[in-house]
Amino acid sequence: MKEEVVIGLEVHIQFMTKAKIFCQCSTDYLGKGPNTNVCPICLGLPGSLPVLNKKVLEYALRTALALNCEINQVSRFHRKNYFYPDLPKAYQISQYDWPLGFRGHLEISIPPSGVRRRIGITRVHIEEDAGKLIHEGDIASSTYSLVDYNRSGIPLAEIVTEPELRSPEEARIFLMQLRSIVQHLEVCDGNMEEGSLRCDANISIRDSQTGVLGTKTEIKNMNSFRAVKKALEFEVERQKKLLAKGIKIVQETRHWDESKNITVSMRGKEEAQDYRYFPEPDLLPLKISPEMIEKIRRTLPELPESRKERFIKVYNLPEDDAEVLISNKALGDYFEKASAFYADKKILINWVRGELLYNLKEKKIEVEQSPISPEKLVGLLKLIDEGVISGKIAKTVFEKMFESGKEAREIVQEDKITQITDQNELIKIVDRVIEENPQSVEDFNQGKEKALHYLVGQVMRYTQGRAKPDFVSQAIKERIKN
Amino acid sequence: MTKKIITKKEVEYVARLAKLEFNEEEKGEFTSQLNTILDYFSKLNELDTEKVEPTAYVVSQDNLLNEDEIKPSLSPEEVFSNTPYIQKGYFKVPKIM
Amino acid sequence: MTLHQLSASEVVNLVKEKKVSVSEIIQDLYDRIAKVDPLVKAFLILNQEEALKQAKEIDTKVKKEEELPPLAGLAIAVKDIIATKGIETTCGSRMLKGFYPPYNATVIDKLKEAGAIIIGKTNLDEFAMGSSTENSAFGPTYNPWDLERVPGGSSGGSAAAVAADEAFIALGTDTGGSIRQPASFCGVVGLKPTYGRVSRYGLIAYASSLDQIGPITKNVSDSALLMRIISGPDNRDSTSVDLPVPDYLKSCQEEIKNIKIGVPREYFVEGMNFEVKDVVYQALKLLEELGAKIEEVSLPHTEYSLPTFYLIATAEASSNLARYDGIQYGYRTENYKDLSSMYQRTRSEGFGPEVKRRIMLGTYALSSGYYDAYYLKAQKVRTLIKEDFTRVFSKYDILVTPTSPTPAFKLKEKMADPLTMYLSDIYTIPVNLAGLPALSLNCGYSKGGLPIGLQLIGKPFEEETILRVAFNYEQNNKVEKRKPLQNLSPQKMVG
Repeated sequence: MKEEVVIGLEVHIQFMTKAKIFCQCSTDYLGKGPNTNVCPICLGLPGSLPVLNKKVLEYALRTALALNCEINQVSRFHRKNYFYPDLPKAYQISQYDWPLGFRGHLEISIPPSGVRRRIGITRVHIEEDAGKLIHEGDIASSTYSLVDYNRSGIPLAEIVTEPELRSPEEARIFLMQLRSIVQHLEVCDGNMEEGSLRCDANISIRDSQTGVLGTKTEIKNMNSFRAVKKALEFEVERQKKLLAKGIKIVQETRHWDESKNITVSMRGKEEAQDYRYFPEPDLLPLKISPEMIEKIRRTLPELPESRKERFIKVYNLPEDDAEVLISNKALGDYFEKASAFYADKKILINWVRGELLYNLKEKKIEVEQSPISPEKLVGLLKLIDEGVISGKIAKTVFEKMFESGKEAREIVQEDKITQITDQNELIKIVDRVIEENPQSVEDFNQGKEKALHYLVGQVMRYTQGRAKPDFVSQAIKERIKN
Repeated sequence: MTKKIITKKEVEYVARLAKLEFNEEEKGEFTSQLNTILDYFSKLNELDTEKVEPTAYVVSQDNLLNEDEIKPSLSPEEVFSNTPYIQKGYFKVPKIM
Repeated sequence: MTLHQLSASEVVNLVKEKKVSVSEIIQDLYDRIAKVDPLVKAFLILNQEEALKQAKEIDTKVKKEEELPPLAGLAIAVKDIIATKGIETTCGSRMLKGFYPPYNATVIDKLKEAGAIIIGKTNLDEFAMGSSTENSAFGPTYNPWDLERVPGGSSGGSAAAVAADEAFIALGTDTGGSIRQPASFCGVVGLKPTYGRVSRYGLIAYASSLDQIGPITKNVSDSALLMRIISGPDNRDSTSVDLPVPDYLKSCQEEIKNIKIGVPREYFVEGMNFEVKDVVYQALKLLEELGAKIEEVSLPHTEYSLPTFYLIATAEASSNLARYDGIQYGYRTENYKDLSSMYQRTRSEGFGPEVKRRIMLGTYALSSGYYDAYYLKAQKVRTLIKEDFTRVFSKYDILVTPTSPTPAFKLKEKMADPLTMYLSDIYTIPVNLAGLPALSLNCGYSKGGLPIGLQLIGKPFEEETILRVAFNYEQNNKVEKRKPLQNLSPQKMVG
């Protein structure tokens, strides 16, 4: 049997509005005490009613339009009914038959070849987030659970793709590019670890000869891009192995267990779902005029694809550099900010892709939180250009900047690592090295180039690397000849 | 004798969805009462509604929208004024599984 | 006449004219309650301390000659399904015993701002599900006209309180007739406003697309007075409609010559109580004498209203009442081993039989495989019922019908058979399905001395017209006005 992997994603993004979706509690709940950003509406107290936040509608329209969706001119909300402690009304206000956006697509490019694939977007709709449950230990062994409703009512968009992704890697790339888009739209920060971007996947295997589609499973609890890829790879292998043995795949929800690197069946732990959707009587249908759609379309910010084109054209960057810059909006912003003060884009991109990204990754810091601001990075590069420090020293200075957040100039002064530009001083040191190493001088005179390297090294040792190597080498040659 | 529209098994399924529990006697009583009611309700089938649009809302106006502005939330005293099941600022619920 | 017998407008005027202090009025009312309520049991919760404190504050204002708000000193009873901050709000359910909302309903905020004083919360069928107030977890309310009979429901406590002079004015809620039917049974005026006219924020939902808050009063002008205060758009209720609020009292003053009244023939079917029929026909005759043009009309889908209503109302209710799960507030069973058993026992022990019946019915109507046959079908028939009214209202200004097929029935008479109980709302239900305004006022009595109600149905947002017709009728009705429970002997009170 020739097998083909079929993956569809269900992505939830949290909108970065100030207030929640149906009330005016703050969405800024990270680091706040439990149940502090709550009111009768997001607690679902009896008698309270929802009123939609205008900005949520705007953000959702931006998202749907950026994903090339058609917009329902009349859209409405439904109630999705189920009992769970994190859902205070025992129903989630969501959308069902008339979602805000439908029938869209996102064209992704697969590195390194840059092959383009168009992935269908089934729908984009608005809904409310639930609260958070905290268990003592894990959910199965815990004797009780605790509920925090701060997250209840955070605005979400659900983005559902067609089952058109053909590999776990493609799924990961799609998700990365989707994240970059919502970041560029400035509607979501796209932080998977903190849950502002979440992803579930439906996955099955298709017999590509007969076209028969296998039973699908739903994978949940993938909390990073890496986890998405690893979980789906595991699931592909699991399903293939079962099929090879002629064992039927069970339609079920499976959780990705990050510590064990496996997906685990949730069968028996979830009840049969019958959500009893019906139109939410507390919210009237949303009428979305063509004028409103046009206005939002016109004011859409620059999206990653066109930004990439611009980077290539305006900054003369190679495609793969541009690709890296747009993959994370904040990184592109960083580069643009720095390049406003620094002309040599080639040097700049090398530092950004090299030292900056390496250190951020190593220390698990987001670009926005980088201790070295674009201005500070440019400050460092200018010290190199002015010959104050060498490129090699600059790397050390960079690391010190990253740790302390100080300006390059400040570190250089404190540590007295300015390059010696005083020629007289350098000549004195050169003379001293020549005097101390007669054998090497003789070797050099007999044409041994290696001896010159040794002498230069000695000068660098005396100056603790603060001398310019090519100047030193020239100086040694001249002093020996004279 | 009314028609059997809903079975006891369905009553049990619906009770599970609604998170209600009944003893055998109650189940029997509910099944028979619901059958009487549903039998009467089957009157609606006399009407051909093939081409009728459903009414979900009786008022038609543009949806009211909130500005994206923050208003004060409830105080902890207010949040927890109606339950003794509190722990460290959380609502406490029995084990899930 | 003693203070508690006054109408709302009379009270407001006496206070403004400084003829009586608010403290006196409130005290007299509580005296009346102490005397009458052991028989009627209209109230679940009294707010005496707070009410007397507010009365004093207003009295101080009066003394200082400060400007008074429009309803200054007016004592009001509130159906216990409307959220009142700091006052227990139970919905007549064991589930919410001891629940103190941390916020006020919009109507409560408006009334407080207008100077009204909440004297207490009134009894009701649990979560407004019922037509007799017998479904209250805290025992029934008794009809002041005949203590062996029901006051109607679900706003039975509010209607009985106003009828028995225990309150000048009360708030009720109406999902399928819950203001009008008890108003009819208790001989008072009850108005269900157009859906969207009065904010539902803080009205604890039974069926969100049908619920409305409205006034229950001693006369029509008091209804107009209260409507002026509680109506209008609310930025906390998306379904409240952004229309200006007219001066209802002023519109009452206009005459009704040439007004076109339709009388739906489907409401006068064979087998209806002949006393009700006679009294309603007499009322129509009086309206005709006042210059109204009366014609028979047809609302052909009337007979489908009841199943349509119960499918929609119970479906919405099954979702609205899902939040009572024992987690944040309300009843929690003591007997559970895990979350699932906590949910099931809490809800089974916390809700009464009628509420459970409706949750079951509504859950079934929405469940997978049945949605189209029941819920969607009902929504489609709702369209047909609504269109019946639209058609008739293109030619007529208002419709006149009986409010209920019978006068107040006896306690326990209909409790054993839910369907019979549902049928007592047959004349009031279509109005909610179409979202229309309707008013019930007394138009006479049965031979046994039970009040009979006349229902006036108006076009959407034309409460003015039904209030005007009702006011004209009331002013010209020569039938002697009666009041129940007037001369209570001490012996009778003990019984």
